Amino acid sequence: MTLSRVIDKIWSGKLWDFHGGIHPEEHKLESSEVPLVEAAIPPLLVLPLKQHIGSSAEVIVQPGDRVLTGQPLTRPESRMQVPIHAPTSGIISSIEPHTVAHPSGLSELCIHIQPDGLDEWRERFPLPDYQSLTPLELVGRIHEAGIAGLGGAGFPTDVKLATGREKVEILIINGAECEPYISCDDRLMREEAQRIAEGIEVVRHILKPRLVLIAIEDNKPQAIAAMQAVVDGEQVQVRVIPTKYPSGAARQLIEVLTGRQVPSGKRSLTLGVIMLNVGTVFAVRQAVLDDEPLIRRVVTLTGDRFGKPGNAWVRLGTSVRWLLGQFQLNPEPRQRIIMGGPMMGFTLPHADVPIVKISNCLMAPSEVELPPPGEEMNCIRCGQCADACPVSLLPQQLYWYSKAGEHDKAQEYHIDDCIECGACAWVCPSSIPLVQYYREEKAELRRLEEEAQQAERAKQRFEAKKQRLEAERLNRENRHQQASQARREQMTQQAGGSDPIAAALARVKARQAELAASATTPGIPNLGSEAIQAARAARKQQALQRQQGSATQPAAVTPVLTAANPAQDNPAQTSTDPKTAAIAAAVARAKARKAEQQAASDAPVTPSEAATTQPAISTAAEAPASETAELDPKKAAIAAAVARAKARKAEQQAASDALVAPSEAAATQPAMSAADESLAPETAELDPKKAAIAAAVARAKARKAEQQAAATQPTMSAADESPAPETAELDPKKAAIAAAVARAKARKAEQLAAQHAASSGSSTSAPADPTPPSSTESH
Amino acid sequence: MSHILIVLALFALLALLFGLLLGYAAVRFRVDADPVVEKLDALLPQTQCGQCGYPGCRPYAEAIANGDVINKCVPGGEPTIKRIADLMGVDVPSSDEIERPIKRVAFIHEDLCIGCTKCIQACPVDAIVGAAKMMHTVIKSECTGCDLCVDPCPTDCIEMIDVPTTPDSWNWDLETIPVRMIK
Repeated sequence: MTLSRVIDKIWSGKLWDFHGGIHPEEHKLESSEVPLVEAAIPPLLVLPLKQHIGSSAEVIVQPGDRVLTGQPLTRPESRMQVPIHAPTSGIISSIEPHTVAHPSGLSELCIHIQPDGLDEWRERFPLPDYQSLTPLELVGRIHEAGIAGLGGAGFPTDVKLATGREKVEILIINGAECEPYISCDDRLMREEAQRIAEGIEVVRHILKPRLVLIAIEDNKPQAIAAMQAVVDGEQVQVRVIPTKYPSGAARQLIEVLTGRQVPSGKRSLTLGVIMLNVGTVFAVRQAVLDDEPLIRRVVTLTGDRFGKPGNAWVRLGTSVRWLLGQFQLNPEPRQRIIMGGPMMGFTLPHADVPIVKISNCLMAPSEVELPPPGEEMNCIRCGQCADACPVSLLPQQLYWYSKAGEHDKAQEYHIDDCIECGACAWVCPSSIPLVQYYREEKAELRRLEEEAQQAERAKQRFEAKKQRLEAERLNRENRHQQASQARREQMTQQAGGSDPIAAALARVKARQAELAASATTPGIPNLGSEAIQAARAARKQQALQRQQGSATQPAAVTPVLTAANPAQDNPAQTSTDPKTAAIAAAVARAKARKAEQQAASDAPVTPSEAATTQPAISTAAEAPASETAELDPKKAAIAAAVARAKARKAEQQAASDALVAPSEAAATQPAMSAADESLAPETAELDPKKAAIAAAVARAKARKAEQQAAATQPTMSAADESPAPETAELDPKKAAIAAAVARAKARKAEQLAAQHAASSGSSTSAPADPTPPSSTESH
Repeated sequence: MSHILIVLALFALLALLFGLLLGYAAVRFRVDADPVVEKLDALLPQTQCGQCGYPGCRPYAEAIANGDVINKCVPGGEPTIKRIADLMGVDVPSSDEIERPIKRVAFIHEDLCIGCTKCIQACPVDAIVGAAKMMHTVIKSECTGCDLCVDPCPTDCIEMIDVPTTPDSWNWDLETIPVRMIK
């Protein structure tokens, strides 16, 4: 059914009906028959910053300021913020939290005004020819006047008008006032019909609807008559609707008047319909024509306990307690004060609560008049609530799900569409406060929704932070890389084109290669580093030796010491380059110590065998020392040292082997000495340098071979001798050196033998070597 | 004999057909991430507080998907545990201490703040504003109440305060008697 056809039907006077609804006792006459009075200015006004749906605006006054009637106290910064105004002139005493008109009894920030009783207005700019202004300018004026829906919800009127502009087909002025007891709209229509009509014209100028319907329930004949008298009956019609609660609820009234239902979760504008309360229309008129912002409203004061029930113009911010006194409340013990009607209102926690824009009624019922709710009993599934529900919900199901906290199910059964009219609870035979359950469930759903939104926001912010940190890290790394690149380039330029790092790396590599080479081939030693290392090792060894020397068995140690010493004492060596010679000597000594040490530790077990190895050691040590005499002093010394070291090693090994197989070890000794000597003559005629090296290598090899041979079988000594003659023909130089060495050795041996013979002349193990230094216990 | 061949050929053809179909479906309807992790992550409160022992809500969601216990989320409390139990098809671990947690936000006592920015770095959701040697403050609406900013503060000027109930967030519990200040 298109809206045009609907309008045709409306023209023909058709009315529809909505599902359910109830018919409670009306109780309107108590208050509706008394003329509207002006409540006086109270001694204190408390104005909550937020009196509407939306958020509170920014306070622009300070405590101590004097404000005039109608002066704005807050400045809105968005459309959902509605300003509040000073209801009368006075001094702002404080801005602090105060209990507000809310069932929770919680406090919110309020502006407290001490009226001065003058009610002095600020400068006003009445606008009789409002037609000269554009609709948007008028909407702005309404916004500045702080008008929010006076019917009960408190939706900002200017927002409603702005969004509905040029989309509205039907404007509905809600004067139904379906809730029992309340008669404020009735009274307003009776007394201010003309101004309401002017207000309708203002709204028509803004919205330009095709049709305006003023809906009034048929229990207010005087209001109907008053309104019909001021409207033309063509573009603006008064519709008399049957009395049924809750026909005044927006969706239900739209259904009654147009036969169409507002879709779930949508606004009435989707049907091309906008609804305004008569009180709101009156406030719009006052704001536009008289420049009077929303500072007062009509409040119904009713109930058995009021001595003077009726309707009154009450300044916003007036205390309920003061108002009750003004209207002669005769309280009973535990007097309940209900704000709003008996169906949708709530009991105030205490009477120190201000009247706000949405407070339409104060009710002071007696116990008899409105008995407190009976004890809640179990649901008997009678289904009356479903029959009464004006939204065609299933209140029973909602009750179960709300009670059990099954939020998904409650939503599935459209708890959000519940208008909390209270019809279901009214009909419930078990006195179940159904609406209370729904409100709790709705609050819980709202909380969950908010939490979900906040969680989503937190997640996004967390992800954003993570991303930002990651980007920063990458940036930093990039910067460092670029900086190092730049540095390298700069250094390259300074170094004349070649990459300094690469060069350095190459140097290091070369050094390493060199070291490796020298380690594997002792014949070509790296002089500097090896000497230093040797010296260091020697020092270490000496220290160790000093430590251990006293601890170990002197019998075993001393002979070895004496055996090693000759090398150091060798006069031939002293003639070479003193530095290198000294180093070589040190190395040799160190090696000797090591060997000794080893031998010494082995010795306690088999002292006699250790003693037998000593001659071999002494020969090895002496031979190189004498060799170096005729050679290139530097290299020779080193070569000698190396050779000696090898010899020591071999000995050492031999000694340890000897422990295992003493007889075999003893047998190796002659072989060793034989190898030493066979080398010597061969190399005599050679280039001194090379010869020395070759000799050393040969000897080392020989030792190694011996060593192995000794471990396995003593007969291998013969094989050792064969390489020696071969080398003899190779190079005449080498042979010469070897010869010299041999000679030197011989001399030395003689020398030593003479020495020892003189000093002790005791037991000497006499192997093949001609000059074995004896084990001198006395040394 | 020919019947058997026909049957074999038919089944071979069908097998090929379905194989292709499955192969296509595997590519076309491929699910990149583990959907359970996404669902778990959506259930967690996203405070990013790390009280579960994981660096954020998503890592914990992944851990639950891999078999970790479901009652480690302190800010989520019992409702979250129940929802995870429903999703994962496991029993709610019996525990007495878990209940609905009180929502709290951080509050910086501004006279004590020295502007060290340590809390800003600690905040997982960037809910603290401020600069070096300038006073910091918490954006209340964005604070998840995770406590992570409290420890780094060198002057102990951060306090966790309960979020007050406002008429908008009131839960319609008419049984509670509102506290009234008497002057």
